Amino acid sequence: MKSPDSIGMNRSGIDMSPQGAEEMAQAVQEFPPSSAGDSRTLDDFRTSYLEQADPIGTVPAPGTLKGTVKTGMQKLMGRHAEVLINKLGGRLAFERTGTRLYDALLGKCRIRADEAAFLSIDQLEHFRSEEAAHIGIVWDALRQLGADPTCVTPMADVDGVASIGLMQVIGDPRTTVAQSLHAIHVAELADNDGWQLLIKLAQEMGQDDMVAQFRRALAEEDEHLAVVRQWMEQAALSEAGVADG
Amino acid sequence: MALNLLQDKGLPIGQQRFTWKDLVQQPISKLNVDAFTRVRIILMNGIESEAVRFSHSCARMNKELQVPLAKVRRIEQHQQTVVNWLNPADQSPLETTIGYEQVAIEVTASLARVEPDPYIAQVLRYGLLEDFDHLYRYSALLDRLQGIDANTITQGYTDIVPGRPTVEEHRDPMDDLRNHYDKRAAQPLTKLHAYTIMAGEHQTHDYYMHYGPWFADPLARALYAEIASIEEQHVTQYESIIDPTETWCEKWVLHEANEVYNYYSCVTQETHPHVKAIWERFLDYELGQLRYAIEIFKETERRDPAEILPAALPEPIAYKSNREYVRQVLREEVDLRADGPKFVDKNQEPERSLQYRRHMNQDGSPTETVAAGWNWAPGGELTSQRGYKEVA
Repeated sequence: MKSPDSIGMNRSGIDMSPQGAEEMAQAVQEFPPSSAGDSRTLDDFRTSYLEQADPIGTVPAPGTLKGTVKTGMQKLMGRHAEVLINKLGGRLAFERTGTRLYDALLGKCRIRADEAAFLSIDQLEHFRSEEAAHIGIVWDALRQLGADPTCVTPMADVDGVASIGLMQVIGDPRTTVAQSLHAIHVAELADNDGWQLLIKLAQEMGQDDMVAQFRRALAEEDEHLAVVRQWMEQAALSEAGVADG
Repeated sequence: MALNLLQDKGLPIGQQRFTWKDLVQQPISKLNVDAFTRVRIILMNGIESEAVRFSHSCARMNKELQVPLAKVRRIEQHQQTVVNWLNPADQSPLETTIGYEQVAIEVTASLARVEPDPYIAQVLRYGLLEDFDHLYRYSALLDRLQGIDANTITQGYTDIVPGRPTVEEHRDPMDDLRNHYDKRAAQPLTKLHAYTIMAGEHQTHDYYMHYGPWFADPLARALYAEIASIEEQHVTQYESIIDPTETWCEKWVLHEANEVYNYYSCVTQETHPHVKAIWERFLDYELGQLRYAIEIFKETERRDPAEILPAALPEPIAYKSNREYVRQVLREEVDLRADGPKFVDKNQEPERSLQYRRHMNQDGSPTETVAAGWNWAPGGELTSQRGYKEVA
């Protein structure tokens, strides 16, 4: 396929229609806004909605309320277990979506092997399998707390919404491998910080076993991020014809 | 390319076939395509959507037509899929909305300029100024929500300024109904215009009703709610200009003829080779469907189709910028209001509409809020705020 940076007939800019732009500016002079104010007027409108909004959803009742007190949960007695469950739910959802993002990118790379020459498909597959393994780690952590890993926690839902655009980028056959990698990069940045936050939280809540597992996951995520960054740089420099060697 | 609606056979409906792969073709590039190609895609989706909608209504009321309608409707469904799926995934619902309003402005203006019935031309101009305002409101939303300039979609063809303010467009239902053309006296072009504009506005209404709740921002949700209500008024207005004494079968034939006319208009002006090939293919399909509907019409009504159809098509719909025309209409007619089917000055507007409007607007109007103090500027409001003005 054509390089995304190749020169072509992009019509979205104002310079493609200088005459139209000039006339539009004249129209703005002749036909002024029908209401006064500025963007703060919009904020005023939103006030009552912000004040009265219901939450997007809630965290399900932890195991203690269901009668089964798990080991992990005992350590959380008297603390806000739901915060950890919510974050774990988010992490779990993100790892599932992340695995699917890698699946989609791998599918594109296999068909467009030439275009994917700047990265290693074997390594991509390896990253994909690590993301998939992280699902199990978080699943087990939730079970240890007596929580339901299939539940969509509010954090999981928010992560899902935030990820919609990433899948749109990779799933589109018109985007290149490099453009798709950009979406993976965004995901890995959020993933990495997500794990760091989770480790901190689990540590403060006395979940030492979890912390040890999560640290191993973070070490793998660190590698994903570093390598993806390197591929991104390589792709851009090579496209620009200024790559080393 | 001279077509004869009464004689051309087109492709027989038995040969109008698709595969799933055929339905999902290469979409257009949001960035590279000419805005009028997007305009045609959006309008033709509306034309096909109306074909399916009408066919269902007709089938519910006419047992004997159910089989032939079902056969043609399946084809229309798949035609609509091919056309609508030309929209690309990176064109967001709000950007597509900008495209919808550009359709409503440029197509309505093109129809109004050549409409032979002065009253119907007035109806079109009345609706035009309202849709013109919607483009401005949605452009303000696109800029203030996402920092995107709506002109990246409209490409300099269409002014982005207030029209008849949407806050003033809310009327009593009595004041949305118009007089209809007389099926025996109306020129064919008037009928084609009426069927086209009704289809376009109906799909616009449905699109806003579908996508309004998709937005997270309460103001965006409210803006779609307010403008969708006007689109409902527009559907009421435009369906009322069609003669309700046309028989079901006559309406079916007119729908098919209108589809021929619209695909023909697209074929004559399309610059995108892949999209043009689709218009050509479907023009041939529609001629086949028209032929089929005419046969049913002859069988069931024992009437000569020449009573309701011209042999030759009128000049195609002109796909071009109508900037000066729209501005002139705006200067002269922005203060028109409706009193039943009549158009009057704003100081003569019926109390029923004023009351309705006061009630609906009592907590404010989202269309006024979203565009408070907003002017279009190249690259968006944020660019103009830093004092960077190349054009103004």
